[in-house]
Amino acid sequence: MSTLLEMSGVSVSFDGFKAINNLSFQIGEPEMRAIIGPNGAGKTTFMDIITGKTRPDEGRVIFGEKSISLLKMSESHIARAGIGRKFQKPTVFEAQTVRENLAMALKNPRGPFDVLLYRKSAKGGARIEEIASEVGLTEHLTRPAGELSHGQKQWLEIGMLLAQEPRLLLVDEPAAGMTPSEREHTTDLLVRLAEKHAVVVVEHDMEFVRRLNCKVTVLHEGSVLAEGSLDHVTNNKDVIDVYLGR
Amino acid sequence: MTSVTENMVSQGGGARKSFIAQNPSVLWFLLALALFTLGVTVLSEATGSGVISTSFVKTLGKTLCLCLVAICMDVVWGYCGILSLGHMAFFGIGGYAIGQWLMYARTEIIVTQSLSAAAIPPTDQEVVDAIGTQIFGVVGSSEFPMIWAFSDSLFLQLLMVIAVPGLLALVFGWLAFRSRVTGVYLSILTQAMTLALSLYLFQNDSGLRGNNGLSGLQNIPGFEETSQATLSIVFFWAAALALGLGYVLFAWVTSGKMGSVVRGIRDDEARVRFLGYHVESFKLFVFTITAVVAGIAGALYYPQAGIINPAEIAPIASIYLAVWVAIGGRGRLYGAVIGAAFVSLLSSWFTGGSAPDINLGFYVVKWTDWWLVLLGFSFVAVTLFAPKGIGGLFDLIMIKRTPDRQGDYGPSEGAKRAEEGSVDVEDVK
Repeated sequence: MSTLLEMSGVSVSFDGFKAINNLSFQIGEPEMRAIIGPNGAGKTTFMDIITGKTRPDEGRVIFGEKSISLLKMSESHIARAGIGRKFQKPTVFEAQTVRENLAMALKNPRGPFDVLLYRKSAKGGARIEEIASEVGLTEHLTRPAGELSHGQKQWLEIGMLLAQEPRLLLVDEPAAGMTPSEREHTTDLLVRLAEKHAVVVVEHDMEFVRRLNCKVTVLHEGSVLAEGSLDHVTNNKDVIDVYLGR
Repeated sequence: MTSVTENMVSQGGGARKSFIAQNPSVLWFLLALALFTLGVTVLSEATGSGVISTSFVKTLGKTLCLCLVAICMDVVWGYCGILSLGHMAFFGIGGYAIGQWLMYARTEIIVTQSLSAAAIPPTDQEVVDAIGTQIFGVVGSSEFPMIWAFSDSLFLQLLMVIAVPGLLALVFGWLAFRSRVTGVYLSILTQAMTLALSLYLFQNDSGLRGNNGLSGLQNIPGFEETSQATLSIVFFWAAALALGLGYVLFAWVTSGKMGSVVRGIRDDEARVRFLGYHVESFKLFVFTITAVVAGIAGALYYPQAGIINPAEIAPIASIYLAVWVAIGGRGRLYGAVIGAAFVSLLSSWFTGGSAPDINLGFYVVKWTDWWLVLLGFSFVAVTLFAPKGIGGLFDLIMIKRTPDRQGDYGPSEGAKRAEEGSVDVEDVK
């Protein structure tokens, strides 16, 4: 397992409030990592920094074998470099069909002229079918995404993430709004993905995290409070204080 | 077209269809345009019975050009979500570019004729000076400004019809999109662009004859013997052809994967960015290609109008363009065509004095004064009560139900929150 992403000494503040405070984090490939933490711990900002939405005030973030710095790259460039993100609330293109949503996410050249001259290929079509069956949306391919239920939109967004074929997947509360059986399916999918990719899951639900059976990082006030197995961190006195105390 | 269609069908499985099958409106539109063109041809003075007067053929030909620029506006606004309020500037630049050649070449013919009577044949420099005096006498000058350097070449001026709007859009768009200017700020910037351009052109030393503009453009050099009736129908055909080609071009651009990405940018550009698309490049592409086509539309419009002056690219012109598209129905190409044709023809009917005045007893409503008020109210009414515009009627006919969702194009309320994944205040900066 080699290190895929490394953050060190990263800090960011909004109007004087330190959202991320000297955070260091690394993840290998393949690896599954769960990130937990109370509200305001900086989980979303953490993802924003990796995906280029928020620029940190200090620190460095490097990615891949060539150790490229993500700090100078645009959001789209970072996404093309192999970092995919699933948002907490499903954000899909509601006016477009499920197939169009997946086709847009499919890994292909992303320049305007590449896209303009893009011709649908049998391979791409097959890949869409494959992803659709993986996320259980085969029957809904021709429906506008806006018609889907909340859970189905979650699935669609996971499908779009798969279609991007990223090396690092940032998954924000994947199981929110899902039925127990859907949650189980999500867990299986994530575990399977983590066999080849680096997967970071942000989740509140401890049961869900337990099923992922992976290393856990606890964030608190913008820095790492504890790291280790779920049992290890849940027995950590600091973690207990943050979650239960005060 | 057929070979491309067959190719696509043979290549694809069940899910893939030909361009026409995916865009049935293209076929219907081309059919309607062809029938309309045929009808006008049969009824015009030059080629038919003469039921339609030459001036009305010109009005119809100009309307087709306006429809073409409306399609450009629809692609930029209705599909890509950039409310550009400056696209008529590109239209005007196209008109000025072709106007320069028309004016130069025609004045050259007149000057050569009058000088040929002289005992000593004039030198080339004398001819050029005489042309300069003819064209720029009205602004108290006789020197050719730099901007007229290519005016003796039809080819180069035609190139400028495409190149100048394209370059202006490229530079303006690059600066604006790169700084992530969106929404109302971008609209204001585009207004400022067209205002600045028109104010500049109003000056006498701008080199384009100030507020006099370029005139006599209806006289095509080399076709002095041809009647205006014939010229009008030829320009009508040219405008119809350009509109047809423009429709097919933009139907192609807004379909398939490009259309998907462009509509995605309209609905949630931050999400498109996280999918790995460089949103700014796509916006720049759409902005520039529509500016080029708008320039072509202008180059076909002004020889029919006969005159162009800086008032034509005043900010209000671009606002009308947005009104046409909104009334016609944005986000569908035929909606823009319907809106532009309907509103501009109605406008010339009302302002032409042929609409009957309404006597309310205590006040007489004169349409020449009140038409703009009516247009303003219609715009507000369409925005509030029929956001799909006239084009929305086609949905009723097709009984095509649209899914229940928040807003017409927008994402669900859940996706509009101020945190990740949606455009928020952070992005505007």
